[in-house]
Amino acid sequence: MSHAADPAGTVEAVTRTPYKWGFATEIETELAPKGLNPDIIRLISARKEEPAWLLDWRLAAFTAWQAMAEPHWAHVHHPPIDYQDLHYYAAPKRRAGPARLEDVDPELLATYEKLGIPLRERAILAGVEPAAGEAAPVAVDAVFDSVSVATTFRATLAKAGVIFCPISDAVREHPDLVRKYLGSVVPQGDNFYAALNSAVFTDGSFVYVPPGVRCPMELSTYFRINARNTGQFERTLIIADAGSHVSYLEGCTAPQRDENQLHAAVVELVALDDAQIKYSTVQNWYPGDAEGRGGIYNFVTKRGACRGARSRISWTQVETGSAITWKYPSCILAGDDSVGEFYSVAVTTNRQQADTGTKMIHIGRNTRSTIVSKGISAGRSDNTYRGLVRIMPKAAGARNHTQCDSLLIGDRCGAHTVPYIESRNPTAKVEHEATTSKIADDQLFYCRQRGLSEEDAVNLIVNGFCKEVLKELPMEFAVEAQKLLAVSLEGSVG
Amino acid sequence: MLEIRGLTATVDGREILHGIDLDVPAGEVHAIMGPNGSGKSTLAHVLAGRDGYEVTGGRVGFGGRDLLALAPEERAAAGLFLAFQYPVELPGVGNANFLRTALNAVRRARGESELDAVQFLKLARAEAKRLSMPEDMLKRNVNVGFSGGEKKRNEVLQMAILRPRLAILDETDSGLDIDALRIVADGVNALRGPQTSALVITHYQRLLDHIVPDRVHVLAHGRIVRSGGAELARQLELEGYAGMAADAA
Repeated sequence: MSHAADPAGTVEAVTRTPYKWGFATEIETELAPKGLNPDIIRLISARKEEPAWLLDWRLAAFTAWQAMAEPHWAHVHHPPIDYQDLHYYAAPKRRAGPARLEDVDPELLATYEKLGIPLRERAILAGVEPAAGEAAPVAVDAVFDSVSVATTFRATLAKAGVIFCPISDAVREHPDLVRKYLGSVVPQGDNFYAALNSAVFTDGSFVYVPPGVRCPMELSTYFRINARNTGQFERTLIIADAGSHVSYLEGCTAPQRDENQLHAAVVELVALDDAQIKYSTVQNWYPGDAEGRGGIYNFVTKRGACRGARSRISWTQVETGSAITWKYPSCILAGDDSVGEFYSVAVTTNRQQADTGTKMIHIGRNTRSTIVSKGISAGRSDNTYRGLVRIMPKAAGARNHTQCDSLLIGDRCGAHTVPYIESRNPTAKVEHEATTSKIADDQLFYCRQRGLSEEDAVNLIVNGFCKEVLKELPMEFAVEAQKLLAVSLEGSVG
Repeated sequence: MLEIRGLTATVDGREILHGIDLDVPAGEVHAIMGPNGSGKSTLAHVLAGRDGYEVTGGRVGFGGRDLLALAPEERAAAGLFLAFQYPVELPGVGNANFLRTALNAVRRARGESELDAVQFLKLARAEAKRLSMPEDMLKRNVNVGFSGGEKKRNEVLQMAILRPRLAILDETDSGLDIDALRIVADGVNALRGPQTSALVITHYQRLLDHIVPDRVHVLAHGRIVRSGGAELARQLELEGYAGMAADAA
């Protein structure tokens, strides 16, 4: 059977395959042919059994995307991406991976060990898959286990009235909510990558917290176990209704196997009156090798709308992975007295490039925003903070405080700070502080004189540098994030 | 304890130490005095193993080991402690966390069990109390926002907790008022015992009123030009370095 000749037939066959663990159908037939055109989008929509409005929505995004050019204003460099040379649809299938934990790259396993990842989770993260007909290895237990954990979580959440499900399920089960909010924060034509995502997204999460409900758990552990389902074009939509509260954590401290080089996710947050959303990210995708070969391109659009009065959205991110990070989690502070926060640690080593920051758009009165960005560059990497604080004419009494610190390790890396400040209201107060420092020789010597190894000394100094951000992470992840920083910077001194 | 023989060292290609011979037996406190630029701080940094201080000749034995073959952290684990003339700030690093990390690194290297947070805090509080230091010093970031006197007291607190076999005090008395000076002296005196030694580097005699040394050495132009008992320090206070420095030139 030729894929190119019969793409729809391929997908139809997959669609009919009953869901069971592993999707153990012929791996080769689960990919749509390469390239992006309206037929591929129709195929995705059909496979997802989507309503007509969503197909139209995707097609509109595709039309917008065609008229756009890849942005090149960021301080990053990469060879041209041939968007027609990618597969835009792969059925949720068993990914081809190492068959046994023993076959996994020992370096990866050593990293898991250092991070303290439980043994049974390591195999999942490494992408270990059982060969057909073979006895199930470690990974299977853990997968089954995670299913039961997820079920328990769902029951607890359902009792509180919280909806938490894959976005494709939400399209079917909660169409009114999805239709009302999807694209309301990040429109289809927002930017090149957001348009691409809108046309082809397949994975992602949907969260709705009803009025007055405090989500009974951190939406975190679930994700750690299910991190393998991370898609290439994820779409996440979180709505916190009036007076509600939710804390969401995506990502994982462990480096993950991933065959997709290009990732273009979109995350939309909506907070109504008095609602609070805390969104934390720990990103440690494959950064490429020491010479910069391979590695993920992470082009993400994340934006939150504080629509209601006194609403609050906090972004916390620890970014240590990916070859290229292009990411600006932002807040639109429309509601009076609403609050936006951005706490970021971005680490680059070897040949990594990060261009990350935030946008705080002050529209409502007495809106407040806080930006704390910590960039750490080592090796021959480049690390850029790029941020916009915009005060609109009606934002009387708006306040922003930005603290932007860069730490350099070695003398071949770069740190850049590009703050944009636009104030159109005379009563607004905007403060920007920036520092650039090196891990000084005298700091290292001081620590070593007290008995610390050079690596422990760097670790201690870096964690001290990032403390303001790390304390914003949910407790259990703060500890992992500290270890992650240490592992990321191993060997970067000397 | 410490045996220095014919030690020569350069900084940026310039020879600063021209051949130092010095013995500090276990249980003794020796003072090194000398004018500015005589090489006192260079000697302290060479003994601690700082980068940029290149040993070009001689040897240093420390408790029977070849000190110069050890990395700075190995020297610390072996029991060498340097109280810095200019203690370094570590933003965001809590003093207690820093000290516990250091103590446990040293204990690990010595094959001793590590202290957990509770055990450590008990020890640290007791030492802080003994040295009349406010407990909140442990909660603050390492030397950040400390006054000059607080930084020096923090060095003494670290020394008390790490319990070195050889403490080198590099002009710890500079810039201290009399109360702080007394605290520093108390810290060193408390450490004195048959198995511990100290090398007190100072420009002035007044610290030696409080820490009475067993021996005093005068360093001038990178050489030890004179050695004697505690009375030598008082003589220097009266006569100045001029005569001795001339001897060496």
